[in-house]
Amino acid sequence: MVKVINAGFYTTIQDLGRFGFQKYGVPVSGVMDNYSARIANALLGNEENEAILEITMSGPTLQFNCNTIICVSGADFSPKLNDNPIKINHAIYVKEHDVLSFDNPKYGFRCYLAVSRGFQTEIVMNSRSMYNEITSQNTISTNDELSILEHSVSSERKNASIRIDLNHFTTKKLEAFKGPEYELLTKNQQQQLLLEEFTISKDNNRMAYQFDEVFENTLEPIITSLVLPGTVQLTPSGSLIVLMRDCQTTGGYPRVLQLSDAAINVLSQKVTGNKIHFKIKE
Amino acid sequence: MNDFQLTYKQFSECSILIEWPSIIDKKTLEDVLFYKEKLENTLVKEIIDIKSAYSSILISYNSIIENIYDRKSVLKDIYSSKISILSKPSTLWKIPVCYDEEFGLDLEEISIEIKRSKQEIITLHSEAIYTVYFIGFLPGFLYLGGLNNAINFPRKATPRLQIERGAVAIGGNQTGVYPCISPGGWNIIGNSPINFFNVSNPDSYRDTPCFANPGDKIQFYPITLKKHCDITTLAKAGVFQLESEVIRG
Repeated sequence: MVKVINAGFYTTIQDLGRFGFQKYGVPVSGVMDNYSARIANALLGNEENEAILEITMSGPTLQFNCNTIICVSGADFSPKLNDNPIKINHAIYVKEHDVLSFDNPKYGFRCYLAVSRGFQTEIVMNSRSMYNEITSQNTISTNDELSILEHSVSSERKNASIRIDLNHFTTKKLEAFKGPEYELLTKNQQQQLLLEEFTISKDNNRMAYQFDEVFENTLEPIITSLVLPGTVQLTPSGSLIVLMRDCQTTGGYPRVLQLSDAAINVLSQKVTGNKIHFKIKE
Repeated sequence: MNDFQLTYKQFSECSILIEWPSIIDKKTLEDVLFYKEKLENTLVKEIIDIKSAYSSILISYNSIIENIYDRKSVLKDIYSSKISILSKPSTLWKIPVCYDEEFGLDLEEISIEIKRSKQEIITLHSEAIYTVYFIGFLPGFLYLGGLNNAINFPRKATPRLQIERGAVAIGGNQTGVYPCISPGGWNIIGNSPINFFNVSNPDSYRDTPCFANPGDKIQFYPITLKKHCDITTLAKAGVFQLESEVIRG
């Protein structure tokens, strides 16, 4: 069991998502950056869909009430075990009573904590991913007790570690397919969309990211149609909205681009003020 | 059937969007749902989910699309195939709604603006039979067609930050029920005490989290405040039985 001493800014349990229920209006959810999350699970030898903690912007403080192995990946928030710095992207043995905390953010926006065999929180509609009105909690809270499975410290050594590509956190390039309404844009608008840089606004969360730049828009809304995480919509006021993992299943704004899954992962690590540009994926 | 010009577009690495001409009508809906059912029956092993909206279908495959032309040609063959499927009969669901002023926050304003009494609005709203086009926006939110044009009323310029669970509302030429607390810009005329989305008990109502499916019909019937309170208790306990009848064609 893991005791939550302090929940941090916005910390949730996520797996790869809740699939097969979108036709009932249920969001996919799941880890925002599955590139980083998969690394953490892989280094522990977990199944790729095991539930892990997604830690946003600043870290929680957690106490372990049993032995296990953990791996911290994604954004670097300077993790510490009993006040001693630990490596990220590295499997680490943890003993009963050990305390995991975080310090200054160095890069990235979302950090992942995997434990051996995953967090054993409630499963709703085939997934442990937290979402308001679906799971009983939409974030973890201080004093929560998160169930995990004991991993006895044996002679077996886990030295698994990898050097990750920091380009994942620094690149400005988001690869995207042309959206269903892309061809309705004028040549000028298409150029603006692909040549300009966009600045991440302060309105960004698990549902959507927005940008400071306003676009010249003459497109009418469409009749309500289907969207996915990664759909880039153009609103009547000319703002671009990039839908993220917790997005609705339908929408009525023109869909000008569709981010690749890798681009959603990249965008998930961006913070307010970062700049990005779109590139059409051939 | 099959006289529509459809377009097929790759939407993401793993999904294909199929589009009908962009209109909202029952003929399009029938064709969308007929094709969707054929796809669900044929593609079982390759798909994660098939969603539909007014005039489109989005197929999410469980693997990356390597050859879009092959996939499209498989889909086109399914559209034109003559395979007969046992069509699920559709159901007419009777939904209790309390139009009391305690819930009908915008009834007064609509009544003044369109110069009809509140009772007339309630009658027009509850006598119509609505068609479920699809489910979206929120878990269990039914997109309904068939609102009487006399009570068509524009959305609010500024949405409310919080609309109560069960709120029955009118937004332009659409009507619907908010299945959970949400921000929203539609005009609230009443409240339904039933569950539109069941997380905890997916076994009730035909093994799905929503009782209604696209193609089903919905009719609202007025209830008193007292009845609303009673049904709320029953619905919370998971024992309220919705009235329904099977309809053909």
